[in-house]
Amino acid sequence: MSAILGLSGATATVAQGKALVLASNQDWSVLKPMLFQSVAETLEMVLVTLVVGGILGLVLGVVLYGTRPGNLFENSVVYRVLDIIVNIVRPIPFIIFLAAIQPLTMKVVGTSIGTLAAIFPMVIMATFATSRLVEQNLVPVDSGVIEAARAMGASKLTIIRTVLIPEALGPLILAYAFLFISILDMSAMAGYIGGGGLGNFAIAYGYQKFDPTVTWTAVIIMIVLVQVVQAIANAFAKHILKRQG
Amino acid sequence: MATPIIELDHVVKEFKSRSAEGRGVRAVDDVTLSIEEGDVYGIIGYSGAGKSTLVRMINALERPSGGIVTVMGERIEGLPESKLRPLRQKIGMIFQQFNLFSTKTVAQNIAYPLQLDHWRKDYQAKRVDQLLKFVGLEDHADKYPSQLSGGQKQRVGIARALATNPKILLADEATSALDPETTGEVLDLLRQVNEELGVTIVLITHQMSVVQQIAKHVAVMSAGRVVESGDAYSVFAAPRQEVTKRFIATAISGLPGADRVAKLHQQWDDRIVTVLIRQKDVAREDGQVPSSGQNISSLIAQHGVSTNLLYGGIDTVSGTAIGAMTYELDSSSGDVDAFLADLARDSDVFDFGTAASPVDYDEAVTTPMGRKGNANKGADTNVKSNDDAAATAVGKAGEERQ
Repeated sequence: MSAILGLSGATATVAQGKALVLASNQDWSVLKPMLFQSVAETLEMVLVTLVVGGILGLVLGVVLYGTRPGNLFENSVVYRVLDIIVNIVRPIPFIIFLAAIQPLTMKVVGTSIGTLAAIFPMVIMATFATSRLVEQNLVPVDSGVIEAARAMGASKLTIIRTVLIPEALGPLILAYAFLFISILDMSAMAGYIGGGGLGNFAIAYGYQKFDPTVTWTAVIIMIVLVQVVQAIANAFAKHILKRQG
Repeated sequence: MATPIIELDHVVKEFKSRSAEGRGVRAVDDVTLSIEEGDVYGIIGYSGAGKSTLVRMINALERPSGGIVTVMGERIEGLPESKLRPLRQKIGMIFQQFNLFSTKTVAQNIAYPLQLDHWRKDYQAKRVDQLLKFVGLEDHADKYPSQLSGGQKQRVGIARALATNPKILLADEATSALDPETTGEVLDLLRQVNEELGVTIVLITHQMSVVQQIAKHVAVMSAGRVVESGDAYSVFAAPRQEVTKRFIATAISGLPGADRVAKLHQQWDDRIVTVLIRQKDVAREDGQVPSSGQNISSLIAQHGVSTNLLYGGIDTVSGTAIGAMTYELDSSSGDVDAFLADLARDSDVFDFGTAASPVDYDEAVTTPMGRKGNANKGADTNVKSNDDAAATAVGKAGEERQ
């Protein structure tokens, strides 16, 4: 990465007396493997959370949507309780949440440090975040289409699977891209509990060692990741939304 | 007579009010009606009259709060959701907003009910082709609904509703989002569905012209109740309820409004009369309303009265003519009074007087000439109320058209 930035001659710039802003003062032959490892750790945390939290969030989101007044599984008690829980959990800053549920993490995962210990709270937070996103993107689905499917004799679960989610697929894809970014954000804080990852790499070897090159390397990798994911999601969503006219 | 395929017996639907008073809203209030197999049954009413709720109780999308709903011989009002599936596959439904699946192609939309019914893939494809041909959309199988016009979307809706060979088709304001020409095309298709496939159609609408074009029987709904029902021609030719008259005014043209009569008096000096046209006698529970205006041409010839036809309109309902014609009668050409006396014997005639001595409009249309000589008492009162009705109704149409 430093090669890409054209900053491999770090010593040379130091020798010139005035350190450039992005000049590195560490040995990249040591840093590089750590960088690769942290990218792998980040991807592991993000992907596991995205899949597990994404699926759990989809289920919770469908339940939230379905129990809303006037919807398929109308149940105002269930809706209100879930609504309040989601509203309580979502605004908690992740770094605080991480600390707050540490006892639970300890019980479930068996340890409160490391990548797995970071994934557990991430999945919980992602589930709640996803549920709200899913709910909000299902609400605009035309109730007439659902009624049409009911009139044809489709069961409620079939309607969710074959009508509701397909009808909202475009916005849902964009919601999951947004979720990917939120999870990437969460993963950066995993460093605090020894979860590793790019966030930890940037803090430990960049910020704390006064080496902006390292910090910016991590930042740029994250930017590229986000851009790629967002571009793919946009392309899919655009394809679907174009059909819907 | 065929057996009823749909029977509603004292059906009530109340919605719980969300307001603090806690009083429920009666969307459907004690409705009893029966629809026979093969019928095209129009339910007409203003929005909020309860017709949408009523039709949704036929396929149990809504559950009645009271009463009995019998469809194809089976009581359905208490059936659990899981037992409704076979019933719903025998009842197709089409909607005002078409309600097509926007991320599925035309062919996938039509195949959806077949998938629910677990048809084999090759049978599905065959059935979809057949349906596309029936609704005239063979070339659009792979398009998405957003690429179709409103009329084409409704054709897809109809094809989808017919996929599982239903016995009943519920049409919920199916033409209300369409322009008049497309409405006609879709109604033609529905008529074809009824005649060729023998599907019983229950059609709800707020457009009287739709009922006029296609319905064999009509029920008029107002504030949750069926206020009037019968075969389409009787309801059109002899409406009893105010709400029915208002609906008919939007569909049947012919009788001039007060403004129109005043204008005619400005242009034409001589006597102006309007004759109601009813091709057939109308049988009603409370007596018969006789036909009207059927011998006017021969009477004109017989009396040698020269006439100017000034205004009028005739429509057909269930293939039978209904309307009104307005003439100026040239008093110098023959015995106008004798002609009118003869005419009024078998017809409903409104006399608007001459330009010099006009008759008050309301008086003219509420007290038609004659008939008293040969009509029995019961029929007489009916005729009167009916004339009143037609006058109000058709008169409004005249005003609208001016």
